[in-house]
Amino acid sequence: MIFLQVAAKDLRSELRTKESLNASLSFAVVILLLFSFAFDPSGEAVAEFSGGLLWLVFAFAGALILNRSFARELPNDCLEVLIASPVSGAQLFLGKSIASFVLLLGIELICLPIFGIFYNITWTPKFWPLLGVFLLGTWGMTILGTLFSALTVNLSLRELMLPMLLYPMMIPALMAAMRLTTILLSGNDIGGDDLVWLRLLIGFDVVFTTLALALVETILVR
Amino acid sequence: MQKNIRLGIGALAGLLLLRNLYVILFNLPDEMEQGPIYRIFYYHLPAYFTAMCCYMTALVASVLYLTKRNLRYDAIAMSATEVGLAFAAVNLITGMIWGRVIWGIWWAWDARLTWALICWLVYFGYLMLRQAIDDPSERAKNSAVLSIFSFVSVAITYKAIEWWRTQHPGPVLSFRTGQQLIDPEMERMLYTNFFALALLAFVMVTVRLNQETLQRQIDGLRRRAHAL
Repeated sequence: MIFLQVAAKDLRSELRTKESLNASLSFAVVILLLFSFAFDPSGEAVAEFSGGLLWLVFAFAGALILNRSFARELPNDCLEVLIASPVSGAQLFLGKSIASFVLLLGIELICLPIFGIFYNITWTPKFWPLLGVFLLGTWGMTILGTLFSALTVNLSLRELMLPMLLYPMMIPALMAAMRLTTILLSGNDIGGDDLVWLRLLIGFDVVFTTLALALVETILVR
Repeated sequence: MQKNIRLGIGALAGLLLLRNLYVILFNLPDEMEQGPIYRIFYYHLPAYFTAMCCYMTALVASVLYLTKRNLRYDAIAMSATEVGLAFAAVNLITGMIWGRVIWGIWWAWDARLTWALICWLVYFGYLMLRQAIDDPSERAKNSAVLSIFSFVSVAITYKAIEWWRTQHPGPVLSFRTGQQLIDPEMERMLYTNFFALALLAFVMVTVRLNQETLQRQIDGLRRRAHAL
């Protein structure tokens, strides 16, 4: 259970400095505000693309959190020490993924009511299925993002490279999460043909978690 | 010797492409519903298959690099990806031209088209990552991992027309449908043109591989000169 200790360490360190948390949250709110200028936020059609809006906000805010996942360890050569420690690459990676997952989910749960207020969307009746979609979508984003954070940690252009690599790759999860969120925010239940999106989201999480855990050791060992 | 073989294969590919172009334009009849524009299909689909083969080669080379740590495999993966991207671009552009004539629009946000574009962007990201890393072994290792991840999008693109209801035409080739949905002569021409494009891709990959090998030798000499 060392990965839980790694996750706790990352969460503690982030909650003390609130470096990426504050930046990510304020960035999410700014994007929510900017979207309101692109179309009529009080229109009835908002529910039809509400999932897309929300997940774009999460994706932009998520990149800020994920960028810091491994970059946080660069000062004082902490990353080298972590790699040299008896903690396996998979445990280290899983711990960091869980920490980013918790932070991102927290931001999403703060953004959801703000979104509801700004865009006049009722989300409370479908909160639990929505939470399920958030959990699955966020895990997919986090697992890929943390892996790419490890891939790009030593690059001078890492702030640019991470979204460049992450966004196209996580489109399956993003598409599915957007679609399912829209269905739920429109007041409908997930069923029938829409189950293909749920299957896609679960499949994405399983495939990329397995691949990431299998390959992360290769990335971390120099 | 190697150069001569490459030239020979290149010439064969060129001749075969010319012969195919003649047969496609003058011997094969128009398609009943689409008219003459359907001929673009003889380049659209083979270009897609060629790109898939290149991506698969990149995947195998990347796995081999991670197991054997030989930079030659990394060079193969990079060359195959670059050539694959070129063929994927041909696939996208020919598809857009066909769409403009048949659907009246250049681009439809349909699952197959969108996935083909995502796939292209994902592999473009692979090349971007390579450019951003200076150390050869670090670059090879990280891009091999990314190539393995990228292949998931290739698999999804392949299955997109089955998983989603799309505007894009469904599978027509007999090996996928299990029945003869198109004229056997047309299907034969598709395979022949795929063979010609695959030969061309092979030549392009070997040329790129050769350039990469020379670049590595130059870098090595430069490092030695700096050390002196």
